[in-house]
Amino acid sequence: MGTTIHIGAEMNDIPGIAITRRGALVSGAAAAAAGVVPLASEAQALPAEQPAATMPVTLTVNGKPRTMDIDPRVTLLDALREHLQLTGSKKGCDHGQCGACTVIVEGKRINSCLTLAVMHDGDSVTTIEGLGRPGDLHPMQAAFVRHDGYQCGYCTPGQIVSSVAMLDEIKEGIPSYVSADLNASAAVTGQEIRERMSGNICRCAAYSNIVAAIADVAGAKDVA
Amino acid sequence: MKPFTYERAASPAAAAAAVARTPGAKFIAGGTNLLDLMKLQVETPAHLVDVNRLGLDTIEATAEGGLRIGALVRNTALAADQRVRRDYGVLSRALVSGASGQLRNKATTAGNLLQRTRCPYFYDTNQPCNKRKPGSGCAAIGGFNRNLAIMGTSKDCIATHPSDMAVAMRALDATVETINPAGQTRRIAIADFHRLPGNTPWVENALTAGEMITAVTLPKPIGGTHVYRKVRDRASYAFATISVAAVLRPDTGAARFAFGGLAHKPWRVEAAEQRVDGGAKAVAAAALAGAWTTEQNGFKVPLVERTLASVLAEGGAA
Repeated sequence: MGTTIHIGAEMNDIPGIAITRRGALVSGAAAAAAGVVPLASEAQALPAEQPAATMPVTLTVNGKPRTMDIDPRVTLLDALREHLQLTGSKKGCDHGQCGACTVIVEGKRINSCLTLAVMHDGDSVTTIEGLGRPGDLHPMQAAFVRHDGYQCGYCTPGQIVSSVAMLDEIKEGIPSYVSADLNASAAVTGQEIRERMSGNICRCAAYSNIVAAIADVAGAKDVA
Repeated sequence: MKPFTYERAASPAAAAAAVARTPGAKFIAGGTNLLDLMKLQVETPAHLVDVNRLGLDTIEATAEGGLRIGALVRNTALAADQRVRRDYGVLSRALVSGASGQLRNKATTAGNLLQRTRCPYFYDTNQPCNKRKPGSGCAAIGGFNRNLAIMGTSKDCIATHPSDMAVAMRALDATVETINPAGQTRRIAIADFHRLPGNTPWVENALTAGEMITAVTLPKPIGGTHVYRKVRDRASYAFATISVAAVLRPDTGAARFAFGGLAHKPWRVEAAEQRVDGGAKAVAAAALAGAWTTEQNGFKVPLVERTLASVLAEGGAA
């Protein structure tokens, strides 16, 4: 040991430990790959797939214009993670069921795994990296830390991005299934938070602390 | 995903023409269902025509006192529209009962109508499915069919239509507006838009090749109490086991009921609405006449009656 690895955007801010989660994963994968001998015959047996024509796409990501030349099959999530190395947005189910990939596009939270990057040429995207940084956390990030709103942390970026946009939706007066009066503004209650956050799954089931963190940021008292 | 080419259409007519002209082409709007299916290779389009930036995302008043909802209006925007909340509450309620906040921000009005079934055998490319692969058989009949259709089924298919929005639109007598590759427009009553499976379960609606939905119109408001009651296996973010869209006028005795989770299309039996004086039992009996159930999904029959009783109580009609 003694090697300091700095790879990717997830700098760990715990004093004395200068290894990132991504750095550990990448170095681990490299070690595993070193023991694998590619089988030439197997590779040749695969049908040759025509390389798809790429297309230029420009996104404004966390305030900065980013241009890529990509296959139209690339989802917004893969563009962020694999082409722009913004690995904060997570790939959980890759089918819009878990919410780990949630990002804000043109002000609205969406599942970045269920949309193509080419469909968003010219759009503005905010990812978890754009909300806050170590040392300069977004109030929602700080609240998740304060309330212990996670265990493994894999769903956390999606939970945080989703909850920030969700509170804006309540402010805009968007109703939910549990809003008693369609024509009134919804209050931030535990029931409203739970319903509106149902697109973000936490397999560790840190839900009660997640709700507490969101309610804290919203200044809500009664979240039972 | 299989490789495909992509273009952004310049107008609705150009989009329809592009889909008609290009073999294996499909429209893409929100993409929340199509891309899911493409990842599983249930759908393998060779070309996608993006219709997202055609200006079809507004909600306007019609001369008849109703609303014209652009095909690309997102589910969240439609549910939150003040006119929809005030005059068509059943539609707003149905929309917010569906999917998740993230999906509703992306999913469109037209795309919601064109959703494919969530029958597990349609999704599993290793299984026979007449809808996915015509003539291959139906693995759902005799398979795991707890959440599948009990009304209007055929020996070839017992899939349900998964939409909540469409159920409310059926109760409201909405109309679907389209444009075809020749640039001609037409209007299709929602009752005639979705089809029963019959022996061609892969033909799911009245659209012809390349025909594109441009808007859905709602007639002028009919007043009454609007209720959308969705029964499902978990409290949020799940497809309906059954659902009831109701507009009730206890003052006049008029009532409308459309049901989700029962059939290949939103299920509405107008004759059953005349039986509202007889309560939930009478309405359910008339609406579910001819039901074909399996050992697993037979529970939907009494569940419809009980849910109707609850809806009638909420609407002040019982």
